[in-house]
Amino acid sequence: MNDLLSMILEASGETVYMTGVAALFTLALGVPLGVLLVISDQGGIWERPGFNRALGALVNVGRSAPFVILMVAVAPLTRMVVGTSIGSTAAIVPLVVAAVPFMGRVVEQSLHEVDPGLIEAATAMGSSNWQIVSKVLVPEALPSLIRGTALMLVNLIGYTTMAGAIGGGGLGDVAVKWGYMRYRNDVMLASLVVLLVMVQVMQWIGDSLANRFTHK
Amino acid sequence: MIELRGLTKVFDKNGQETTALSDVSLSVPKGEIYGILGQSGAGKSTLIRCVNLLERPTSGEVWVDGREITTLPPAELRAARQEMGMIFQQFNLFDSRTVAGNVAYPLEVAGWPKSRIKERVAELLALVGLSDKADAHPAQLSGGQKQRVGIARALAPGPKLLLSDEATSALDPETTRSVLSLLQEINQKLGLTILLITHQMEVVKQVCDSVAILENGALVEQGKVLELIARPGSRLRELFYEPFRETAFQAHPQGVLVALSFVGETADAPLISTVVRRFDVDANIVEGAVERIGGSRVGRLLVELTGAPESLRSALQYMTERGVPPEVINRE
Repeated sequence: MNDLLSMILEASGETVYMTGVAALFTLALGVPLGVLLVISDQGGIWERPGFNRALGALVNVGRSAPFVILMVAVAPLTRMVVGTSIGSTAAIVPLVVAAVPFMGRVVEQSLHEVDPGLIEAATAMGSSNWQIVSKVLVPEALPSLIRGTALMLVNLIGYTTMAGAIGGGGLGDVAVKWGYMRYRNDVMLASLVVLLVMVQVMQWIGDSLANRFTHK
Repeated sequence: MIELRGLTKVFDKNGQETTALSDVSLSVPKGEIYGILGQSGAGKSTLIRCVNLLERPTSGEVWVDGREITTLPPAELRAARQEMGMIFQQFNLFDSRTVAGNVAYPLEVAGWPKSRIKERVAELLALVGLSDKADAHPAQLSGGQKQRVGIARALAPGPKLLLSDEATSALDPETTRSVLSLLQEINQKLGLTILLITHQMEVVKQVCDSVAILENGALVEQGKVLELIARPGSRLRELFYEPFRETAFQAHPQGVLVALSFVGETADAPLISTVVRRFDVDANIVEGAVERIGGSRVGRLLVELTGAPESLRSALQYMTERGVPPEVINRE
């Protein structure tokens, strides 16, 4: 019983660590990516059709690679960034690489829902592009962006369960190595329950925050 | 205040060209409320968007307050836009901001210090009568209140010009009247020039000093509202009196059915009774309406005159001399 608890606790810590750090980087890169996708689009406030197509293609490439493959494929990059390609910290690099294109699309979709009339009004009031992005597009899309972030977090948690493949640990790793390979049903069950709780909590926080910022 | 010269706008959608505006030239004098009247699809929206370059004209010049704005570099164009307020049919308020936050927006954009923004916002909310709604969100307001917020927001940086894009089209008649009164009030109080586009004759009647009529992207006529209504054969006059045309009244065999239009001082003279006394004819008023437009009375009467042909002729002649040329509707 004691070993179960410590095992699950340690694995949960790894999952939270990988998810949390990866989420921060994903937000920092994914939001600007989504903004760029929207404003460079046809009819956007910074229309750049060629750039938009190139960026879109790049995002699609990132989105189409299955995570397990991506994880080992970006190993050289991982080594360059964190010095090693093994362990929890090393797993964060492929997590970010996988989540950023996803987040970019989520952000793009949220920003597309902002009424074009508001952008027109902001333009008519002499706003610069940066002001339109920071004072209109993002604040108006905030509830939807928060929901998108919750979605991204849930996705990241899912990805971390594969981190065991490169020695990243986490709940998925424990479930496979102990629950499955060593027939420890209690470990299997416990890691599933913790994952379930994590996802539920994330979704609940996302929904309530989104509602708080909805004024429609 | 605004001078449009040879404005043409061609939209190119997948190789198919549509001309939204063709060679439109007009000038809006300082301090006036200038209306552009037209059906939907006439190009009004494109026209008003060319004034602050939300839409770039394909060719032509846009002069605002003595400056050609189509050639301004981006930063100067933004500064020029801050001197033109704009209000919209769908209000376009920011849902994420409170009423006060909406009014503060253009001031933040213009880089006003926080303390002055607060003061200015309070001033404007008082002007539009919404001081008690400062902390409400737009979703909690009625349509009329939303448009008042839109007006306060447009006026916040102290523009010289207000552009109104069908601002009352989404409102009921009563709210429309109160929003129009507000526009009139700020036009008089602040000396603000207002360019508005509308498809409603009512709007032109209630607030406009001058009007331009746009049909299929081309200007049909422009001028002072009263002068155009007084001028026989004008398009505005035709639109203005349109409701009268549909009368199914059949004149008496010995009579003649005439439509009389009174504008300004001619509306104040007792024309009908004079005609009846002097020419031995009878007058039967079939329909009539008198309205106030820009402080003048404008009336329309549908009158059946009966009497000897000779008397009728002299009567009609007399009315023409008195500045009320009768339009004969049907004669048996």
